[in-house]
Amino acid sequence: MTELPRLREAFRTALDLPADEPVDDLRYQDHEKWDSLAHMSLVAAIEDEFSVMIDTDDVINMSSFAEAVRILGKYGVDVK
Amino acid sequence: MSVALVTGASRGIGRAVASRLAEQGHHLVLHGHDPERIAATAGEIAAKFGVTVVHAAGDIADPATSKALARLAFDTFKRLDALVVNAGTHAAGMLGMTPDATVERLFAVNAAGAAYTLQNSVRLLTRGQRPAVVLTASITGDQGVAGQAVYAASKAAVAGLTRSAAKELGPRGIRVNAVAPGFIATDMLDTLDEAGRADRIAHTALGRLGAADEVADVIVFLLSEQARFVTGQIIGVDGGLTL
Repeated sequence: MTELPRLREAFRTALDLPADEPVDDLRYQDHEKWDSLAHMSLVAAIEDEFSVMIDTDDVINMSSFAEAVRILGKYGVDVK
Repeated sequence: MSVALVTGASRGIGRAVASRLAEQGHHLVLHGHDPERIAATAGEIAAKFGVTVVHAAGDIADPATSKALARLAFDTFKRLDALVVNAGTHAAGMLGMTPDATVERLFAVNAAGAAYTLQNSVRLLTRGQRPAVVLTASITGDQGVAGQAVYAASKAAVAGLTRSAAKELGPRGIRVNAVAPGFIATDMLDTLDEAGRADRIAHTALGRLGAADEVADVIVFLLSEQARFVTGQIIGVDGGLTL
């Protein structure tokens, strides 16, 4: 599995979304299932999936799927 | 296998807790301010109890220190089952005679340092088994004491952090409690003069200073399954001290 599908799957699993739901345009708190509690689960899921530890500032800034892609790049994970 | 992170573990209460946990088979992530001292403590505990002990040094008032600790725990164990937020500093001083730098330092280490440590460890704890946190507060933070107003205020912040974190993290299965030691025979008491020390003993019902091991025993209890329905509590370990 390439990195992009892995990230999409982490989003769907952590936010309890259907397997076919598009996630690339998701934004924090725009979707009913991506609230502050789910955000912590999402970050933990991404950390587990890619074996990285994300700093608090990046947790706060992870406001969309696109931002998650950008932030993971900082940790050496090329999700493109 | 259970994994615990202890801050301020080079000496005193933190070292006693680390030893107790290692004795029970916990693997450890230890923090100390001084690199040589924490390396020595980690080596001694690993050799004595045969558990894995990793360590890192730094000023807990700098958020980079607790971030590095969390990263070390993640890289080594992927999770935490227990967290002991113990690193602290003490300074006495009358109001009107406490230097600004002392005020800033007490809050930076005792209040902000505790908040950084807890915040940077939360996601590791969510991956833990029956995770629990114990913070080291102080009886002064609850009762107040003349000559230690700023220290007491910084420890009152720890109590507020504890109670709030218990409410916030309880639904995620994480228990959060604190101990509030009275006067314990550790290096921290060095800032009290002999008359002050004798006065504290005189106000302690049990008529003596406490030992670090006696606080460690309560911390280990609060982390254990025996305390599985206890959260948001500040437990005095003070020998019946009245301030």
